[in-house]
Amino acid sequence: MKILSDIAALLTGMWITWKHMFRRPVTIQYPEEKRQPYPRYRARIVLTRDPDGGERCVACQLCSAACPVDCISMQPTEDTDGRRSAEWFRINFARCIFCGLCAEACPTLAIQMTPDFEICTRDIMDLVYEKEDLLIDGCGKSSHYNFYRHAGIGVTQPRGNGAEELPPVDVRGLLP
Amino acid sequence: MMYDTIDIALLLAKIALVFFVILTLAAYLVFAERKVLAWIQDRKGPNRVGPFGLLQPLADLIKLLTKEDFRPIGADKWLFYLAPAMAAIPAIMIFAVIPFGAPLTLFGHTVLLQVSDLNVGLLLFMALSSIAVYGVALGGWASNSKYALLGSIRGLAQLISYELSMGLSLVPVVMLARSFRLSDIVNAQSGCWFIVYQPLAFVIFLISIAAECKRIPFELPEAEGELVAGFHTEYSGMRFGLFFVGEYINIIVLGGLAATFFLGGWHGPFLPPVVWFSAKVLAFAFLFIWMRGTLPRLRYDQLMHFGWKILTPLALVNIVVTGWWLVLRG
Repeated sequence: MKILSDIAALLTGMWITWKHMFRRPVTIQYPEEKRQPYPRYRARIVLTRDPDGGERCVACQLCSAACPVDCISMQPTEDTDGRRSAEWFRINFARCIFCGLCAEACPTLAIQMTPDFEICTRDIMDLVYEKEDLLIDGCGKSSHYNFYRHAGIGVTQPRGNGAEELPPVDVRGLLP
Repeated sequence: MMYDTIDIALLLAKIALVFFVILTLAAYLVFAERKVLAWIQDRKGPNRVGPFGLLQPLADLIKLLTKEDFRPIGADKWLFYLAPAMAAIPAIMIFAVIPFGAPLTLFGHTVLLQVSDLNVGLLLFMALSSIAVYGVALGGWASNSKYALLGSIRGLAQLISYELSMGLSLVPVVMLARSFRLSDIVNAQSGCWFIVYQPLAFVIFLISIAAECKRIPFELPEAEGELVAGFHTEYSGMRFGLFFVGEYINIIVLGGLAATFFLGGWHGPFLPPVVWFSAKVLAFAFLFIWMRGTLPRLRYDQLMHFGWKILTPLALVNIVVTGWWLVLRG
C-alpha cells in the first residue's frame, strides 16, 4: 500500500518539525550578545611592527597587487640607511572584501587580519584607513619574526650577520 | 419579524465586533506564522518591536501603508485596483454565517452570536468561496505580467479541482444535520461531533480548505520558487497587504467552518462556548502554519490528479455510504 507509506512519510515530517518547535533557537542576538570570533577570523586589517618596534612593511606593493578589489594603495620611500617603508599606506575598507589575499602575499608578515569585524560607520569616508589608523604597536600573530634579521642584505646589518646566515665566502680563498 | 432600536444596535455592534476581531486576528496570525515558522527552523522570529515583538503587525501595517502604490505599465487600471478587495471581501463575508458562540440574552433580547442565521448558510459559503477566486484571477490578468497571469491561471485550475470535492465532502454533513443552516448543523452536534461519523469527509474537507486558502502543499497560485509571487507579483503597498490579509482572514474563516461542520462549532465541556470556538479556529490556524513549515509544494498536475481522481471519487463514495447508513438506521 503506497498510500499508507506516503501518509507515514507526511506524519514523520510533521513530527520532526513539531520536535524542532521546542528546540532552543540557534540565533545569536547580535548587538546584545556577541560571538567571540576565532583568532584567525578575517576582518579589519592591521599593519604590524617587528619585535624591535620597527615597521615591518617594506612597501613592496605585493598586497596591493594581490588585492582583487584594488583597495590597497601606498607610496614607497627609502630611509638613509636603505630601509624601505611606506610614505603613506591606505586601505579602503568600504571596498575591501576581507579575502585575506594581502596577508597571504605579504613577505614580511606586516599586513595581517584581525577578528575585529565591527567597523561600520555612518560616513563612508571614515572607512578609508590611513597608515596611522592601520599601524599597531604589537607584532600581531607572529611575535618573533623580523624580516630584516633574515633578509634585506646590507640594510640593518652587514653581510653574513643575519640569523641562519653563514659569513660570506671569500671566493678567492677557495681557489685550489 | 419586527426590529426595534436595540435589535439594530446589537446587530451593528456584532458586525463591528466581528470586523475588529477578524482583522486583528488576521494581523496577529501573520505574526504567529512568522513566530511558529521561526521556531520550526530553530530561529527566534520577530522580537524587536514591542515586548516579544508583539507590535510587529502594527509596524508591518505602517510599512505597507507608507509604501509606493505601484501600477505596472499596461495594467488594466480598474481591475488592478479592484482585485485585492475582491479577494479580501468575500473571505470576510463568509464569517457572517458562522455561529461563534451560544445565543446570549441581552436587554431582554435573544442575541445569536452570529451575524446572520441564514437558512442557506452553507450554500452562501460555497458561493462566496468561489467568488473569492475572481480576485486572484483578475488580479493576475490585470497585472500585465507573465508570472501574475500564470499564477492566476493556476488559481482558477486549482479552484475547479478542489471546490468540487469540498462541496461533496459537505453533503454528508448536510445529510446528518438535515439543514443548510449553520446553527442547525452546530446544534446537531451537541451530542457527538460529526468528525466521529465522518472522518473521511473531514479529511477531504481539510485538504480542500488548505487548497482554498492557498496554503503550502497547494500554494500553486503563488509558488514563490517558480512564479516570483504568482498572482500578486506586481502588487505593492496596501494592495498587496489586502491580498495578504485576505488570505489570513480565509484561514480564520475556513478554520471556523471546519470547526462548525465537523468539530461541533462552539460546543464543548467546561469552558464558555466562545472560548471553545476560538480554540478550535486557532488550532486549525496552527495546523496550517505547521503544515507550511513542513510540507513541500505539490506540482500542478499532481494537484489536478489528486483533486479529480482521488478526492472527488472518495467524496462521492462517502456520500453514498452515508446515505445507506442513514437509511438502514431509519
